[in-house]
Amino acid sequence: MSATDVSAFDTVRDHRVPLGILRDTVALARRGLIAYRRVPQLLVFSTIQPVIFVVMFRYVFGGAVAGSLPPGVDYVDYLMPGIFVQTAVFGAIAAAIGLASDMKSGLMERFHALPMSRAAVLTGRTTADLCRNAFVVVLMMVVGFLVGWRIHTNVWGLIAGGLLVLFFGYAMSWIFATLGLAVGDPETAQAAAFPVLAPLVFASSAFVPVETMPSWLQWFAEHQPVTANASAVRALTFGGPTAEWVIKALAWDIGIFIVFAIISVRLFKKAV
Amino acid sequence: MTNAIVVEDLRKRFDDVVALDGVDLEVEHGTVFGLLGPNGAGKTTAVRVLATVLPPDGGRAEVLGHDVVRDADRVRRRIGMAGQFAAVDPNLTGRENLEMVGVLSQLPRAAIVARAGELLERFQLSEAGDRPVRTYSGGMRRRLDIGASLVATPPVLFLDEPTTGLDLTSRNELWDMIRELVADGTTVLLTTQYLEEADQLASRIAVVDGGKVIANDTPTNLKAQLGSTVVEMTFADGAAAEHAATALAGTEATATDREGSDLRVSSDRGAKVLVEVLRRLDAAGIEPVTLAVREPSMDDVFLALTGRHVELGAEAGAA
Repeated sequence: MSATDVSAFDTVRDHRVPLGILRDTVALARRGLIAYRRVPQLLVFSTIQPVIFVVMFRYVFGGAVAGSLPPGVDYVDYLMPGIFVQTAVFGAIAAAIGLASDMKSGLMERFHALPMSRAAVLTGRTTADLCRNAFVVVLMMVVGFLVGWRIHTNVWGLIAGGLLVLFFGYAMSWIFATLGLAVGDPETAQAAAFPVLAPLVFASSAFVPVETMPSWLQWFAEHQPVTANASAVRALTFGGPTAEWVIKALAWDIGIFIVFAIISVRLFKKAV
Repeated sequence: MTNAIVVEDLRKRFDDVVALDGVDLEVEHGTVFGLLGPNGAGKTTAVRVLATVLPPDGGRAEVLGHDVVRDADRVRRRIGMAGQFAAVDPNLTGRENLEMVGVLSQLPRAAIVARAGELLERFQLSEAGDRPVRTYSGGMRRRLDIGASLVATPPVLFLDEPTTGLDLTSRNELWDMIRELVADGTTVLLTTQYLEEADQLASRIAVVDGGKVIANDTPTNLKAQLGSTVVEMTFADGAAAEHAATALAGTEATATDREGSDLRVSSDRGAKVLVEVLRRLDAAGIEPVTLAVREPSMDDVFLALTGRHVELGAEAGAA
């Protein structure tokens, strides 16, 4: 087509149809995954940190926590579901840093000027993180087996637990996508992420039973998404009141996903 | 339709900063139009609005007859944009960057692969094409960035200060590339802080200041107002400079400007005015401390148009 043959430009494919959104999402998710392959440090840091947590909680704090667990419950069986959930939450920061970097580098501006799906910038980013999370969660399950974690339910419980962790991680990616777009600078995004993460992850049932916390903190710990998801994965792999926790966890995850997808898409339209 | 870009009374403000204060422009098909102005003049904002990145607060802008707000998608299918920063992914290779832009420009797969190879060759990146961009030099990144803006063969191209930070060789190469594109029928809107760049490339220049177009003319006419040669002198003190200014009154200078002990004389009569300046100073017995002859700069344009110098560091956040 010649540079002045104007009508030809509208006959090429449309990004507004569902298939077009998918194509743009895949292109951008691929970009995110290539980064993990080219910069192995990214993946190494996101796997070493949870391994350190496993070793630390299993062998350092494990003995102390064991006393607060019901008789017959091995701490490693309590701990590993918490580790999976914590890993998914920490991994979600990548969405904040990635989008903020794109804003700073000018790539976001390029995307805005392309005839592409607006949402794909966000779905591409979060899809890349979902793939990375799948890899890390499987790896952490292997690490878990190595330090003595055992499934007390069945293989379906394990699969359902794994999927729930991934869905939770995906929902959290949208919270951090919103944060990244709001601050627009990767260093600030990273600094701002920790105050969001720390209370969610540590004031939860991820590592210790909430009954051991002071009552004011217990109330928060009992009513937040990390506890709901960690307890659901625990029920799926260990046993216990499964349906109740899984429904609570799904309610949180779906709610977070919808609310933050809406907010982040709105922010994206204004973010340059 | 002879105009590729039409802008009428375009307005945009960021909180308390007015970035565009009623801009009118018309860019003819197949030409280079230069937006010349200092940092914070509103050049980048104008490009962002035209490239559908920012919505304007008021006024109207059309690219190839399509409104940048109502018909943003049609505009996006017809434009390429290269901003001030190399907007490429450092972790992807040069080829992968171009191919990603191809997919996002909704081009068919086969065309993307061919086009990426073609652009890598054209921008002398064939050898580096399969290396991650973070191993590229600044000049290579900038070339790739401009390559990325050309993936969809856009008939209208926006270049925002394309040569800022480039060495002389890369700059000249880029200028040649822009000339080639225009020879092929592309319309280019280019922003720059350098009068020389606008003069070299553009067939029309709009000088912007404080979100307003303060001059819009051909380079020849603009320079005729300025004089093509500037003689810059420094004297021992303000009195000597004043004395010299008096001595030089009535020469063929287009403009004479004294600021403290500095005096500058601009003329479109080149070397001849220099000879006359020297002769008159000698006759009056005044000796300048320094004397330099140079091409007019954007600062001279500003001085001629507004009576004031470009404010250094007047970088409005919204620039």
